[in-house]
Amino acid sequence: MSVLQANEKPYSREWLLSEQPTSRHQARLGRAYVIWRRFSANRLALAGLGIILLLILVAIFADVLAPHNPVQGDLRNARLLPPGTAGYLLGTDDQGRDILSRLIHGSRLTLFVVVLVAIIAAPVGLIIGTVSGYAGGWVDAVLMRITDIFLAFPKLVLALALVAALGPGIENAVLAIAVTSWPPYARIARAETMTFRNSEFISAVKLMGASPFRIVLRHVMPLCLSSLIVRVTLDMAGIILTAAGLGFLGLGAQPPLPEWGAMIASGRRFILDQWWVAAMPGAAILIVSLGFNLLGDGLRDALDPKEAGQ
Amino acid sequence: MTLTDTTAVTRRSRRRASSFGMAVVRFVVTVVTTFLGLLAVTFFIGRVVPIDPALAIVGDRAPSHVVERVREELGLNLPLYQQFWIYIKQAMTGDFGISVLTTNPVMTDIARVFPATIELATIGTIIGALIGVPLGVLAAVKRGSIADQIVRVIGLIGYSVPIFWLGLLALVLFYAKLGWVAYPGRIDIVYEYTFTPQTGFFLFDAIWQGQWDVAWDLFRHIILPGGLLGYFSLAYISRMTRSFMLNELQQEYIVAARAKGLSEARIIWFHALRNAAVPLVTVIALSYAGLLEGSVLTETIFSWPGLGLYITNSLQNADMNAVLGGTIVIGAVFVAINILSDLLYRTLDPRTRSR
Repeated sequence: MSVLQANEKPYSREWLLSEQPTSRHQARLGRAYVIWRRFSANRLALAGLGIILLLILVAIFADVLAPHNPVQGDLRNARLLPPGTAGYLLGTDDQGRDILSRLIHGSRLTLFVVVLVAIIAAPVGLIIGTVSGYAGGWVDAVLMRITDIFLAFPKLVLALALVAALGPGIENAVLAIAVTSWPPYARIARAETMTFRNSEFISAVKLMGASPFRIVLRHVMPLCLSSLIVRVTLDMAGIILTAAGLGFLGLGAQPPLPEWGAMIASGRRFILDQWWVAAMPGAAILIVSLGFNLLGDGLRDALDPKEAGQ
Repeated sequence: MTLTDTTAVTRRSRRRASSFGMAVVRFVVTVVTTFLGLLAVTFFIGRVVPIDPALAIVGDRAPSHVVERVREELGLNLPLYQQFWIYIKQAMTGDFGISVLTTNPVMTDIARVFPATIELATIGTIIGALIGVPLGVLAAVKRGSIADQIVRVIGLIGYSVPIFWLGLLALVLFYAKLGWVAYPGRIDIVYEYTFTPQTGFFLFDAIWQGQWDVAWDLFRHIILPGGLLGYFSLAYISRMTRSFMLNELQQEYIVAARAKGLSEARIIWFHALRNAAVPLVTVIALSYAGLLEGSVLTETIFSWPGLGLYITNSLQNADMNAVLGGTIVIGAVFVAINILSDLLYRTLDPRTRSR
């Protein structure tokens, strides 16, 4: 029936909103469309999405977009020029490097840190949480105790100590942040798993002879993904701030890499007279982490309408 | 009939007693394993991660017999579990080794600098709670209004801003340009030798001794870093207050209070806020723990002589004993506040007690 209608009006959205989807494909697309409609009704969330898309585009096309070399400056003619100087939109730093170009190239490092932390920490949390929630018993008790222990630690201080031991560098900073950020994901995945652990579809899969491994991997994990994605997105801002803090203390990316936190640190010496050297990278951090926060808030409201507006 | 009733009662009371016992056991296990976990992580960071701690001390040009002797002194030739056991015993007695930078025992250094951090975090939490709670209530009551949006934006920026950057800008504006606050540091050099604090909490000491000029100077030093940390916790507290208040305002007792003819102000500030206050206590305690940690970067900016500055200074000088000692102390206080706030929640909320 709904297919017939869709054939009559090829550009109608009714096919997507149909209450009786005729295929799995249609149901999935329909759900995505409903979520998108809820998400795009939220203007702030759209702004957040715009900021993040812009960040990704800037990072991809950094070589094309940056007007100057980010690591080699013009020491003779272009030291500490104020913003708005011809050719140097956001001014230059003490080594005559164009701040805008450094910010553009720094977006790659920011994205690198955020994506890598998410790739390391989210699967770890997902596996620990789903296994713990599905297995129950002593496995659950032990895994959750470990999670709680890590959850009770101060994140920044632990990351500091870890990087201090591993040696400064952006890879070690990523590792340290990942080590401190997986526990909330495990808690969320476990809570989700518990809600449908005893539901009928799991029993049905079990009756068909699926192994626990297959159940967790194919049936439990996919259902935990949406709340996990929301949480990871909301955490991105915190990850960026921690990475910037490590960079500021000289423990993250090393010079001459244009990491935003390290740029603030190097601009600190001139803050009274040449404020822009430190101010510009901080503004970039603020905008990007604001974007991630807005996006995460919007995603949460769209995926979980129960909590909308809270 | 009566017989079965009484057995049921005794059985129930026995079960309650045993569930109380279980709760105590679970609590003790939680505390012990958490602290052991903290020590295990710092042990791992200090002893396992570096390629060779002995080389880190003597340098890689030292002759091999010197390296061997240092390894022996550090107990590095023992099996790992024995090293860990010694580590735990030392940590229990507050022995975190000697700081390379100051040549004092790390614990002595920490005892000297920690009050400054506590003072700063306390001021920050007071500011954050005093402003954050009313803002959150306002946002919940006027949900969807301009006021709600403004509170939301203030909170979001607080979540998104790098605190060290905001601190630098605030210094430029309020100290360099406007001259409203004192320069970075805790106390003016004029008072540094005339003022003798007793407890280490300078502001409290100065007021206690009636030295108002010193108190004013201390206030001019603490207001900027304290206000900054306050903004940080305000963002969290106002957001949580709003969500708790929205939850309370939907309850039926609010309708009943309105039907009784109580004034709206009384309903909001007395009835609803009192119920929202229970989870709020936990939130404020957690934000206090967060500020202890957040002070690491803030203290670096404001040259505030607390634990955060101590840790970052030691980091710059590769003084791992001091870094790990500071990490353990901050971690232990953090864990303790977590556990205390959990206990506090249980005592304040009768609903969690009966179960």
